[in-house]
Amino acid sequence: MSATPAGVAQLVDRMHAARARGATLQIVGGGTKTFYGEAPRGEPLFLRDLAGITSYEPSELVVTVRAGTPLAELESALAAKGQCLPFEPPRFATGGTVGGMVAAGLAGPSRAAVGPLRDYVLGLTLLDGRGELLTFGGQVMKNVAGYDVTRLIAGSWGVLGIICEVSLKVLASPADTATLEFEWNEQRALQEIARWRAQPLPLQASAWCDGRLRIRLAGSRAAVLEARARLGGTAVDQEAAFAFWESVRDHRHDFFAPAADELAQGIALWRLSVPPTAQPFSLSGRQFIEWGGAQRWWRTTAPAVQLRAAAIGAGGHATLVRAADKSAGAFAPVGSELMRIHRALKDAFDPERILNPGRLYADL
Amino acid sequence: MNPANTRSRDPHAEDPHPADAARLAVRSIEVAAALARVLPADVILTGREQTQPYECDGLTAFRVLPMIVVLPENEAQLAAILRTCHSLRVPVVARGAGTGLSGGALPHRAGVTVSLAKFNKILKVDPLSCTAVVQCGVRNLAISEAAAPFGLYYAPDPSSQIACTIGGNVAENSGGVHCLKYGLTLHNVMRVRGYSAAGEPVEFGSEALDVPGLDLLAIVIGSEGMLAVTIDVTVKLVPRPELARCMLASFATVEAAGEAVANVIAKGIVPAGLELMDRRMTEVAENFVHAGYDLSAAAILLCESDGTPEEVEEEIAAMRQVLTESGATRIEVSRDEAQRLKFWSGRKNAFPASGGISPDYMCMDSTIPRRRLAQMLLAIEGMEVKYGLRCVNVFHAGDGNLHPLILFDASDPDQFRRCELFGAEILEESLRLGGTVTGEHGVGVEKLNSMCVQFSPAERDRFLAVKRAFDAEELLNPGKVIPTLQRCAEYGKMHVHRGMMPFPELPRF
Repeated sequence: MSATPAGVAQLVDRMHAARARGATLQIVGGGTKTFYGEAPRGEPLFLRDLAGITSYEPSELVVTVRAGTPLAELESALAAKGQCLPFEPPRFATGGTVGGMVAAGLAGPSRAAVGPLRDYVLGLTLLDGRGELLTFGGQVMKNVAGYDVTRLIAGSWGVLGIICEVSLKVLASPADTATLEFEWNEQRALQEIARWRAQPLPLQASAWCDGRLRIRLAGSRAAVLEARARLGGTAVDQEAAFAFWESVRDHRHDFFAPAADELAQGIALWRLSVPPTAQPFSLSGRQFIEWGGAQRWWRTTAPAVQLRAAAIGAGGHATLVRAADKSAGAFAPVGSELMRIHRALKDAFDPERILNPGRLYADL
Repeated sequence: MNPANTRSRDPHAEDPHPADAARLAVRSIEVAAALARVLPADVILTGREQTQPYECDGLTAFRVLPMIVVLPENEAQLAAILRTCHSLRVPVVARGAGTGLSGGALPHRAGVTVSLAKFNKILKVDPLSCTAVVQCGVRNLAISEAAAPFGLYYAPDPSSQIACTIGGNVAENSGGVHCLKYGLTLHNVMRVRGYSAAGEPVEFGSEALDVPGLDLLAIVIGSEGMLAVTIDVTVKLVPRPELARCMLASFATVEAAGEAVANVIAKGIVPAGLELMDRRMTEVAENFVHAGYDLSAAAILLCESDGTPEEVEEEIAAMRQVLTESGATRIEVSRDEAQRLKFWSGRKNAFPASGGISPDYMCMDSTIPRRRLAQMLLAIEGMEVKYGLRCVNVFHAGDGNLHPLILFDASDPDQFRRCELFGAEILEESLRLGGTVTGEHGVGVEKLNSMCVQFSPAERDRFLAVKRAFDAEELLNPGKVIPTLQRCAEYGKMHVHRGMMPFPELPRF
């Protein structure tokens, strides 16, 4: 653990104090994702002082970062060396932290091509709900010593412990990118993407909305050039393309941010995570499809039960991301045997239910 | 090594006291009778003649006769076995092809070994979603063979891929020579369906790209059969690259070769494979298969590029430039597929070739940061002098995963003792350099002791708590991965005696 002993020692003290008072804590990084998931509860525990890049070895493709480090700081340090976080974590707003990024486990437009955030988390130091500092994983690419607790913590929304420091695998930014546009309806767009998926193409992201498919190619100059010639479509100007993909990644695109009055009218933003080959859904509202068909966003007033049933029918699940009323539950419930395992894991790491209570599920 | 000596190193393996043996015999009859009530008779194997083939996996130095072996033919039988064992509190060890190198499938002497060999069907290959659904007993290579007509393949390629099963790969989070670019099992498996220790059906992951709640799939993969029994698996398939070419580069010093590896990666190149062999390993391999290696080099690198012909050309040119700037004394690029395979043949025969020059060798499997490779090689040279034993080195250099092979003669007890100390020092040095004690072979029973060094008591306690969260009675593969305090005495290592490997025909690298 190379985070400042003072910062970590303070966290340990706060944890013990909270336990003694029977209080609960909500872990706060940059506060940019409070809208996502269930509402945070408990006394705020700020991680922003536990900040800084501890080590960065570009030739190792590894960076070790304290949890409170602004994500923007990490991304600019990587960009200075021509590297990036390939999974394009959504930032939603400015001020987000690396710890929050890992705890939320979200990924942006490139997810289907490059894998989820957890694939890039090599190790971390955790202060668990028992007040003990634990280190799992490491800073190397291959590591099978013990259970992969690191990857269990990724995307666990802080219910198992406070991430203090994390080591991430990074990659070189693609040498070249190009964005192509096609005027296709949903059915056609999904069919073509399925065909492309089985070919060795540098297809890195896709976005379909309102009868228009955009895809981003990324890779070596030769591969991008060749794919452009093969796929056709209309090339999108690089600057406009960059702005577009960033707006999708961060949900600044108008689709993803229903206005206050729209939310008041009962319009909600749903995320349906389904097998990419799922048939088009016949739901009311407007749709935005990413990840080659595996992530389908809906702006709709349709009832939760209908969205959840549609997702389950397709072999996936639905998350209620933005809504005035989240009483239907932000995250889809899991089956009883898996829920038993969830509770037992919570008991293992945070038996007194101090950390982020209810942030993921009511009884965690 | 004399198996009689090695046997005493395993706690389950010692001959029980007469009273204990009698209890075990009674228990065996009781459990076999309970199983016979729910299974056809030919599914249950008892008695030494029937159970002996299951006494070890690829780590043959450890052998334990299982109390009972069962070979279920369907899921209903498997669930019945698990429920029966759970109600009688009998340990269960699930087993695939038995090719593991760390004793993960070592039987429990009072337990039931469940061979999943009959779950060997490929259920679906879907070229549209680029996935396949296969039963746990399907061989790794068979998946790629089934996907080949669609121009797809399953990327992780552990060296035992012609024999090892996908269920075993899930248990061990297996890698291979291409995992630098294509990832480990974790990165290529989407869903695992199976049964809990109590015989409850469970499903981890999804054919969607994520699931609600905690990412339990991520912890089940690599859990060495201790959290659930896998029945079928959805794997990701990837388009087969149109072309692959391999480059051989020679270096005058190991430091220069180590530097070159770091330089390639720093340039943003992710080769499909990046392997390093030191001079002695190169000589041994060359004598074994005549791959055409440069015997004057202190170390050689094998760098592979794959993709479209244009991509490969671009990447080969970029790698050539970096390697030249890094001081390569000779570079040769494969002209065609036959030459590419020839280049690889030496590397892929590194283990058997080593077996040919020494009565025994011990294979280490630690991982270190790439930039420490040269430092590690120099440290190992020092240890050779210190312990009076030779070591040949072959690395998955791109991943920093080391396989030093310590050569010794186990019939000389002092050599064995020095070899163990040598191996322990390599692992100690790996941890000191910021690495881990096992990169891909797993902990099993073999590296239990080194787990004590890598993890604190609190961390090991959480591993145990994770185990209990899935398997409260600790019945699935007990005694593996998580050491008891009493075990914390020495580091782990793999030891292979020539001719003792159950799959001598399999490449090991």
